[in-house]
Amino acid sequence: MDYVKAFFVGGLICAAVQIFMDNTKLMPGRIMVILVCLGAVLGALGIYEPLIDWAGAGASVPLSGFGNTLYKGIKEAIDKDGFIGVFKGGFTASAVGISTALIFSYIASWVFKSKMQ
Amino acid sequence: MDKNKVSIHDVVSEKDSEKREQKYNKYVKDVTPTHNYVLNTLKAFFVGGIICTIGQGFTNLYMQMGLDKETAGLYQIITLVLLSVVLTGLNIYSKLAKFGGAGTVVPITGFANSVAAAAIEFKTEGQVFGIGCKIFTICGPVILYGIFSSWVLGLVYYFLKMAGIV
Repeated sequence: MDYVKAFFVGGLICAAVQIFMDNTKLMPGRIMVILVCLGAVLGALGIYEPLIDWAGAGASVPLSGFGNTLYKGIKEAIDKDGFIGVFKGGFTASAVGISTALIFSYIASWVFKSKMQ
Repeated sequence: MDKNKVSIHDVVSEKDSEKREQKYNKYVKDVTPTHNYVLNTLKAFFVGGIICTIGQGFTNLYMQMGLDKETAGLYQIITLVLLSVVLTGLNIYSKLAKFGGAGTVVPITGFANSVAAAAIEFKTEGQVFGIGCKIFTICGPVILYGIFSSWVLGLVYYFLKMAGIV
């Protein structure tokens, strides 16, 4: 059942963004920025976490889940360490995603050749 | 013949200039390729849905191996990012993106793809100003605005907490 939920919620988020992209002609980079900010706002409003609890990877794999993770990290850091958490929690929570993307991509640049031309 | 379709012949042979203009506009509208919105949306739905389902599969696998939910989720991210980077290097992700549209942009794999594609493409421009700078072309704005917006929201949370509201 969790696979069905993940498929439908993840698919619905992507479909909604596709409609948005087709109507606005925004580039993928802008779409990603909007999604992350939107995820952070929905996280702060307390809407996104229940969605992740229900849909699992369907809500956490889209970049809006990344935004939610950022906010969640900051909130937890504030609860734990007080004011310094505002500056600490975001990178702590997103460390795994950003580090792996950078590290693996750098290694990939040794291994693979550009096929753009 | 289709009555609603206007051929270029109709346009040229029309004597009344006003009618010709109308016909011409209709003709241009007919021959301009339009995005198939419904099909695009369905493709995005399926590709995005499948990527999320694969993610769920890895989370479940890692939880079966005895990891707690949060750690399993982190290893799931690592796995999806690794897969995306490899598929980007093999030039498969770009083909998938052509088909899946937003379905390949929205998931974390799209983020990883944007990082890996930049790293591979700009390595000829050098380690520092090629890969080092360009690797952040797309992920840089995402990180900046993600960190900034959550910082603002975090400040709000902090002061609401101090005020005893939350």
